[in-house]
Amino acid sequence: MGKVWDVLAPRNLELGPLAGGASGQGNWKHWKLARDDAGIAWLVLDKAGAGANTLSTDVLSEFDDVLAAITRDPPKGMVLRSGKPGGFIAGADIGEFGTMGDAAAVEARLTQGNEIIDRLDRLSVPTVAVIHGYCLGGGLEVALACDYRVAVDNASLGFPEVLLGLHPGLGGTVRLPRLINPLEAMTMMLTGRNVRASRAKGLGLVDAVVPERHVRAAANAAVTGGLKTKRGGKLIDVVNSTYGRKLAANRMRAETAKKAPIAHYPAPHALIDLWEVHGGSAPEMEKAEIASFARLLTTDTSRNLVRVFFLREKLKGLADGKFAGRHVHVIGAGAMGGDIAAWCAWHGFTVTLADMKAEPLAGAVKRAADLYGKIGHKGIDIRDALDRLTPDLAGEGVRSADLVIEAVPETLELKRKVYAGIEPKMKPGAILATNTSSIPLEQLREGLQRPDHLVGLHFFNPVSRMQLVEVVSHDQVAADVLAKARAFLGRIDRLPAPVKSAPGFLVNRALTPYMLEASVMLGEGKTRETIDAAAVAFGMPMGPIELADTVGLDICLHVAETLKASLDRPMPDLSHVLKEKVDKGELGRKTGQGFYAWKDGEAVKEREAAAPTPEMTDRLILPMLDVCMACLREGVVADEDTVDGSMIFATGFAPFRGGPMHYARARGVPDVRQTLWQFSQRYGERFRPDAGWNDLK
Amino acid sequence: MDLAVACGRPLLLRQPFAADAFDQVILGCVNVIADEMNPARVAALRLGMGDEMTAFTVQINCGSGMQSIDTAYRYIREGHSDLILAGGTDALSHSPLIFRRSAVDWYARLAGARDFWSRLKAMAGFRPSFLKPVIGLERGLTDPVVELNMGQTAEVLAHVFHISRRDADQYAAESQHRLAHAQKEGSFKGELEASLARDGKVYDYDDGVRPDSSVETLAALKPAFERPWGKVTAGNSSQITDGASWVILASEKALHAHKLTPRAVIVDSEWSALDPSIMGLGPVLCATALMRRHSLALGDIGLWELNEAFAAQVLACLAAWQDETFCRKVLGLDGVLGRIDRDKLNVDGGAIGLGHPVGASGNRIVLHLVNAMKRLGVKQGIATECIGGGQGGAMLIEAV
Repeated sequence: MGKVWDVLAPRNLELGPLAGGASGQGNWKHWKLARDDAGIAWLVLDKAGAGANTLSTDVLSEFDDVLAAITRDPPKGMVLRSGKPGGFIAGADIGEFGTMGDAAAVEARLTQGNEIIDRLDRLSVPTVAVIHGYCLGGGLEVALACDYRVAVDNASLGFPEVLLGLHPGLGGTVRLPRLINPLEAMTMMLTGRNVRASRAKGLGLVDAVVPERHVRAAANAAVTGGLKTKRGGKLIDVVNSTYGRKLAANRMRAETAKKAPIAHYPAPHALIDLWEVHGGSAPEMEKAEIASFARLLTTDTSRNLVRVFFLREKLKGLADGKFAGRHVHVIGAGAMGGDIAAWCAWHGFTVTLADMKAEPLAGAVKRAADLYGKIGHKGIDIRDALDRLTPDLAGEGVRSADLVIEAVPETLELKRKVYAGIEPKMKPGAILATNTSSIPLEQLREGLQRPDHLVGLHFFNPVSRMQLVEVVSHDQVAADVLAKARAFLGRIDRLPAPVKSAPGFLVNRALTPYMLEASVMLGEGKTRETIDAAAVAFGMPMGPIELADTVGLDICLHVAETLKASLDRPMPDLSHVLKEKVDKGELGRKTGQGFYAWKDGEAVKEREAAAPTPEMTDRLILPMLDVCMACLREGVVADEDTVDGSMIFATGFAPFRGGPMHYARARGVPDVRQTLWQFSQRYGERFRPDAGWNDLK
Repeated sequence: MDLAVACGRPLLLRQPFAADAFDQVILGCVNVIADEMNPARVAALRLGMGDEMTAFTVQINCGSGMQSIDTAYRYIREGHSDLILAGGTDALSHSPLIFRRSAVDWYARLAGARDFWSRLKAMAGFRPSFLKPVIGLERGLTDPVVELNMGQTAEVLAHVFHISRRDADQYAAESQHRLAHAQKEGSFKGELEASLARDGKVYDYDDGVRPDSSVETLAALKPAFERPWGKVTAGNSSQITDGASWVILASEKALHAHKLTPRAVIVDSEWSALDPSIMGLGPVLCATALMRRHSLALGDIGLWELNEAFAAQVLACLAAWQDETFCRKVLGLDGVLGRIDRDKLNVDGGAIGLGHPVGASGNRIVLHLVNAMKRLGVKQGIATECIGGGQGGAMLIEAV
């Protein structure tokens, strides 16, 4: 926001006596400690060599040392905060999880860690945690062990451990339900959803919310007893009673089972059990929490979810380059184009959105306003984003765009015509990206003056929720264009998945047999509900028939026909089934009728349905795996991690299984190959296992 | 408007030329009310300057009163005009209470209803919440782009420049003492005119002055904008008031034609812009640019008027000029600019005691700078102010 504030901004982080780079006492690597004139100590965590604070082993052991020093020579009060501009503490060092050893070793480590946190809790000195930015997992546990918590208005607090197949392991399950309404506490820990500063204050999780400029005054007020706190009260004791816990636990189990069945996701259920049984006694709860955490850490689910975390980090790392552009021009204000434009504007880009007519533009603006209303918290942020999203009937924006994203209907002639019209007007270094899902880039680039500036950016629907974007290369694209395209995705908080131009790229190509096989099964007389249940039993977020309806049967038909025409691969010929529905206008969710009837955005399903068989599940899932293998063998995708990450982040492929290739290896490649071969004998050539399985090391 | 007229009459009376001798009138005014569209023209007519007097109103928020002088000076320099009446006025006590959008829409429906039943139906749509007004003044003093009010921007500056509550209160107390002293000594004679209201009341001094102010009395006040830990209070902020100010600008030709004795020369002016959330630093940018352009050091400026929007904001400007990082990285200087002597700054008090009628202040501080320079025998002075929305204006004045 301007040159002057850039110079002054570093002063905005209040560090008390440690301001201006003062070194304080002791010579710890990650911690700094100093006392101000009033005798109040400031303890600042600034983890060496890291952009964010995490509670690694050496950070914790230094912390122990610091606490010992403070106990020996107690100050009047202690303020604990982070010296990192981005936030307080992001949690444990997840990289260390894999090195912890067996359950017993994990328990020993955790016991040690809990002792340190307990030491903080027991300090006779009044302590206040000052929280800005993210305060997650172990970071929140540190804050909970302080006497007071002051949040800066941008703070975001949460326990995301459940997303890694775990629950808090440094006393969070002990302290949080005693501080705030236990039902709210359990909801935080079961969903892994963050709570913002103002809500945290309402819950009693933090005692004050202040802008950074009042941090010192608020912290001083806290340690000198001048801060009015509004904490839980009688209700907490009632809910925490044995009977209260039992009632609540049963209810929580029912809710949790809907989204996270215990067979796939043991962690939330373990947490509920933990609280129900031991919630009445803090020392018991602490011991039980450690044991439960240690058990969960060694489960396949947790290992796989940690793997997913690193897959995300890896894909994020691919966006590490530099894209300095500020203006994005989107052509085509349809469902995809409009939403891509809205997403880019939200993330700070100046966006011009072009279309032939004003009505689609107006629709896109409305969808943008609705989206911003949902994800925005401040009115001025929504206003600013809408200001940046410029409807552009005349297509003037192409002249100043650094990136042009073409999202017009899927016909080669139309796209070529659009390119011919805009390429002469584009800035010299500007990138031309296409959102095509089915037209090969080799065909699209014919006639371009600068084919090396053409790249595919294949978004998934809905843009705001599907994190993955396939970055499609062809053999003439410039390397720096690819790097810039990936960096662009980083700036709009999407994950780049590099793929080579080939029919269906990776994701659509993998999902097609999934959906087609479901149609075959329908033809065999199996019900929609049973077929979908077979996929959900595996861990897919929704079954193939519901997915087809959600995507749109017209789109599925188009993708299927394109793939059949361009891939040298037997596929079931079901276009007549899909064609019938499409001709009747039954396109799925968007028209209220597809395979299912749709009411209020939900599919209307029969309550009673036959249970699916494991073979049905295999018939749906194995072809997906086979396509992944084919893409790897053909070099469409570079490595298995990218395959796994792409499928998880674009389709929600059972994350607790670690991804399709990881699952295949865990199951055993020979078994996968054998089952596919048996299916090919029984059901048809379409199941023939890809040659790649033989060479997989 | 009444204030602008009451203020302009004695000024025009004592000139050796008629009121219609001016070429135009330019008036700064922020709080323009519907009854007085284009206040400059209304003032010109009410001051008897004749139907042929062209007049326009300028608005650059707090800088309006200075903008009128700046525009006038450039018109004259260009040869377009010879004699211009440039002023500033605002009556913040007349800030409107505003009906919210929903209430306005309801009223429009009611007014549009033609028959009995439609009218009845429209009336039934009335909600009590329609009666709750939006305080126009509050909205006017809140920046719409960053959603901070002016006082909050001062809090931001107090934080990053380490200005304490005590520092601010100390400055404010001193400002009040200086104003009280100046009033007693008659330093405003010839500058300040008494206004006589229709009801017979005489207003011959600004009654916002608190001569008994001290750090102790000010320390008792609660923060005005950010409770409970804010440093900015009603006592160490400018007061929200009504006021008007006029100056006459003349070309060399007009001086000779009417045998006028000028008090000062406008050498130059400069405007600057920055992030609205730290608007209080505006003066640092434009005043520095002005000094650099004329190769002047801090010591060359004998007198300063730096509008006292907030004590903390004035102190932040002073701190910025002594801040190595700020001077190097923002101002592009080789080192700190230096310390402004408190005895050269706002010597007769300022907006803290006198008030800050937004559109008038820029005009008043230029006028007062000229008069104080004359009284104290100072050769060069700078009048500068911060502007809500993130700007600053400065004028370099030379004594004749």
